Amino acid sequence: MSVLIFVELDNGAVKKTSLEAVAYGAEVAKLTGTTATVLALGKADVSSLAQTGAFGATKVLHAADEKLTHENSLAYADILAQAVQQENSKVVIISKSGLGDAVAARASAKLKAGIVSGVTELPVVNGSFTVKRSIYTGKAFSNVEVKSDIKILVVKKNAIEVVESSGTAAVENFGPTLRDSDFQASVGAVEKASSELSLTEADIIVSGGRGMKGPENWQPLLDFAKALGAATGCSKPVSDLDWRPHHEHIGQTGIKVAPNLYIACGISGAIQHLAGVNGSKYIVVINKDPEAPFFKAADYGIVGDVFDVLPKLTKAVEDLK
Amino acid sequence: MGFIHRLLTLIMKILVCITNVPDTTAKITFTDNDTKLNKAGVQYIIGPYDDYALARAVELKEQLGGSVTVLHVGEADADPQIRKALAIGADDAIRINADPVDSYFTAAQIAHVAAENKYDLILMGRESIDFNSGVVHGLVGEMLGIPSYSPVMKLDIDGTTATLAREIDGGKETLSASLPLVLGCQEPISEWKIPNMRGIMTARTKPLNVVEPVSGEVLTSPEKYSLPAPKGACKMIPAAEAETLIKLLRTEAKVI
Repeated sequence: MSVLIFVELDNGAVKKTSLEAVAYGAEVAKLTGTTATVLALGKADVSSLAQTGAFGATKVLHAADEKLTHENSLAYADILAQAVQQENSKVVIISKSGLGDAVAARASAKLKAGIVSGVTELPVVNGSFTVKRSIYTGKAFSNVEVKSDIKILVVKKNAIEVVESSGTAAVENFGPTLRDSDFQASVGAVEKASSELSLTEADIIVSGGRGMKGPENWQPLLDFAKALGAATGCSKPVSDLDWRPHHEHIGQTGIKVAPNLYIACGISGAIQHLAGVNGSKYIVVINKDPEAPFFKAADYGIVGDVFDVLPKLTKAVEDLK
Repeated sequence: MGFIHRLLTLIMKILVCITNVPDTTAKITFTDNDTKLNKAGVQYIIGPYDDYALARAVELKEQLGGSVTVLHVGEADADPQIRKALAIGADDAIRINADPVDSYFTAAQIAHVAAENKYDLILMGRESIDFNSGVVHGLVGEMLGIPSYSPVMKLDIDGTTATLAREIDGGKETLSASLPLVLGCQEPISEWKIPNMRGIMTARTKPLNVVEPVSGEVLTSPEKYSLPAPKGACKMIPAAEAETLIKLLRTEAKVI
């Protein structure tokens, strides 16, 4: 009956967003009077898996087969459904991401489980089961009742405050049946900027827009991001102009982010860009145009030239150390 | 093999599923005690991601031959957007006359039509921009028992093999897989297409078949909508004292 949490791994360690999902799952387990079990697939660092106990998991099912190390939503969904059946789970928790949605979708069809994606709060359980989710790309919310016996919640970043304790979870080997049909695709080149912080995982993001005036001017922004330990993003025009790579594009049709701190440099704040950042806890806007619409959505603002302001900020951050 | 290969390319059938959604700049409000979207003054469009999928489908048809069918699950108010898809280059359209209540229901409707017509390729946007779930392609794939991939940024077809690039966390990977496939698409798979006059004229006479839904289960139902709490005033810091920002972020917001 345990709540089952599917976690994503990065080089064998449980991703931070997945640890949040574990904490969320543990709270749901409390609400429904059961325990939280983690499902981890592929090559993993066992101590990192056990550490999910500090976020409230009691047990980890680990399918260590080497074939599962490479991200494969078809196989993952298959195995998730097997784990749900073994554990007789009624609630499945997955962190929102491209992979998370893909796994949730296929598992939903296998289990005839109602799926709610973009969950922003803990469910209300009192006879019925209702959760709040983000819709219209962060412009609104919807309270949704899930009526199926098995429920899958795909949870957004910052849905709950995570409290870390000192517990450890028991890691068990899990031997699911693998289907050949899930491994038909042949994977070619993988381009991954492994040294960069991932935008969806980052606590702080520094982002640049057309106000940066050209790709050759990015250094002050990169220096500031480095000083803060922040990931870097950009607006759609910037990625359309190839000033920055497409995977940095934040907005309605790009990546949606929800960091603790989002710092926009030379971005006017078109509604399509705001749609990608409105999950951020704090927003800082630096723009030389005092009329830039982004200031209306910001917590802190500086009207000024980014090339004048950014070096000052970088120095101020370095002075803190 | 050469002959079969050619035959298969010639009869390639593509299905493109489109959503009918409020424009990206629409102001969202609710009516009827917060149980319905207030449609007054809201401009509807083909979902921007679906538009990319449609554009690529039309290009593939031009390259390889075959047909493009557009599918929409929704009510008659979507017909202008469906006609636009026909004007962009789809050959025919199907509208399943039902309120797309949730992802599972919508996917079951699409899967039903797809199973009857045996498409080689089913394309749609990576997500709808109204509910942002990004799960319908995966659901349809599983319901049909075929692979699904998303978000796909590049797609080429050679015979019965698709080579695609998809975005993964912090990068991208290329993979090849056999048709049939279900793919969730995003830029830069193609450029949005604007219908030309000839397209608009021919779209008027292309078939738009309205079919009734098959009975399907509804596993989730929305109860109430709400808007985010209004944002407090933005605290302005003079550019000359920019370093004050860093202090405030540490002591007041406590985020660095």
